Amino acid sequence: MSPPAASYSAPHLMRRRLRGRLFEWLALASTVVAIVVLALLLLDVLHDGLPRLSWSFLTNYPSRLAARAGIAPALVGSVALIVLTAALALPTGIAAAVWLEEYARRSWLTRVIEVNIANLAGVPSIIYGLLGLGLFVRALNLQRSLLAGALTMALLVLPIIILNTREALRAVPRSQREAAYALGATRSQVVWGVVVPAALPGIFTGIILALSRAIGETAPLIVVGAVAFIAFLPTSPLDPFTVLPIQIFNWVSRPQPAFHANAAAAILVLLVVLLSLNATAIVLRDRARRSLRW
Amino acid sequence: MITLPRPEVAAPRRLRARDLRRPLRRTLREWACELPLLVAALVSIFTTVGIVAVLAAETLAFFRLVPLGQFLTDTQWTPLFLEKHFGIVVLLSGTLLTTAIAMLVALPLGLLSAIYLSEYARPGVRRVLKPVLEILAGIPTVVYGYFALLFVTPLLQALIPGLAVFNALSAGIVMGIMILPLVSSMSEDAMAAVPRALREGAYALGATRFEVATQIVVPAALSGIVAAFILAVSRAIGETMIVAIAAGLSPTLTLNPLVPIETMTAYIVQVSQGDTPQGTLEYRTIFAVGTTLFMLTLALNIVSQWVLDRFREEYQ
Repeated sequence: MSPPAASYSAPHLMRRRLRGRLFEWLALASTVVAIVVLALLLLDVLHDGLPRLSWSFLTNYPSRLAARAGIAPALVGSVALIVLTAALALPTGIAAAVWLEEYARRSWLTRVIEVNIANLAGVPSIIYGLLGLGLFVRALNLQRSLLAGALTMALLVLPIIILNTREALRAVPRSQREAAYALGATRSQVVWGVVVPAALPGIFTGIILALSRAIGETAPLIVVGAVAFIAFLPTSPLDPFTVLPIQIFNWVSRPQPAFHANAAAAILVLLVVLLSLNATAIVLRDRARRSLRW
Repeated sequence: MITLPRPEVAAPRRLRARDLRRPLRRTLREWACELPLLVAALVSIFTTVGIVAVLAAETLAFFRLVPLGQFLTDTQWTPLFLEKHFGIVVLLSGTLLTTAIAMLVALPLGLLSAIYLSEYARPGVRRVLKPVLEILAGIPTVVYGYFALLFVTPLLQALIPGLAVFNALSAGIVMGIMILPLVSSMSEDAMAAVPRALREGAYALGATRFEVATQIVVPAALSGIVAAFILAVSRAIGETMIVAIAAGLSPTLTLNPLVPIETMTAYIVQVSQGDTPQGTLEYRTIFAVGTTLFMLTLALNIVSQWVLDRFREEYQ
């Protein structure tokens, strides 16, 4: 046998291993950057916002005096917006996904819809704001109302709901459908009685992801015309409104540090809402994984 | 002999095609179930049509008053002043600058962390790191804007004397951090699709882990990684709140990252917030800017998809 090639000799191997070790450290460091930034961000917001957080901060209305200002209209507006958005987007999104996954035959129409949904998922959110402004605020004359905002948000999260719901439906095994058909079920009985219930945990996860996206969105709502200074709570879908992210943006944009503290406190509230939503999503996902055994 | 009585059964009539068809009522019911679903699926088409129609109508109205040539070649952007200039290049340069800085942060860090997660990390480490990246991806952009303006900028000002309060540098860096999870998770997916056999073949030839990662896995996953990079650029161009908060609202034709600038997205926010009357020329500018933004991001998204489809390495 000939001796091993020169490049595999021991000193060379040492050098190659050293280079590998250095690279591993570099790659690990790059990943740790994400953790460090996340920690810094949270600590920064906690440090600035925690002292400002109080019950009156949650129940007060905006004010010219930073110490008296609160987030009541923003909090109520955010909740109302999400409820309306969900009411609009969930039935539509789930229905569209069910059609694409369970009904549609391979045709040019299906292909066009699929490509279109993929492209819509990549459109910047501010463009949806311009759509909402041109279509809902002006053409449909809804003015700068909660409903116009919710319609805009519904269109924005629709691709996310459709893509996630399709994924969940696809995970239901063929055998489940075939068993139902063999028992004489019609297609709609198979879809709504067997497939959708089995995919429900996955669908929920997708919905929660979509809604947490909607809670955090700012830009499209600014374009649609949510205003930061609202001295009353919205009582109908046609009322003007504000939401938490817009209140935060408004306070960050002011020069006084006292308002920056308000912004940090409002961010804490926003993050708590988001965190609890996402925790729900994770619990649902885990429960789905445990309970579904095909 | 016993004769059994013949059973009184009518001879079966020949089966006709009609009998195999589903009853009309059932077909109708199925169709009534399907129709609303189809309409829901078509909402996505209407959305695209709506976006294009709204942008096109307002943009055409804009170009009836401002010639396209001026829009493309003017080097000033002052629609809100008395002496109006409409040079989109100014806003484009702001967008380009923040995007470039964001990419300098997001691409190397995203790719390296993807390599780490895919090729090095033990399962326990992965279980910690992946959710952190997911949380980072889920933080609202307005929060990143706060972080850029009130944490990163003061920090950088201590290091770089003369750094303005609003600047492209800190907005770009924070935007890069925001986009990092996208680059990382898409690249990691591409690397996970590289078959084990390729790695094992390289190990069998005596390659080190580093050599397998950089000379086998990354080249094999290149189409997915490039697609991730392009999508990241598109995301950075469309990102709004970080730049609106931290990069400034002063349209400047510059590539200096230390001074205030304005991006296309920030301009749309600025006008939307103000009290510019609807229907005026100033107001129409946001749709002209929106159209530019929409076409840019759409082109990048299509190229990204094309790279994925065209250069995908099919294994097995």
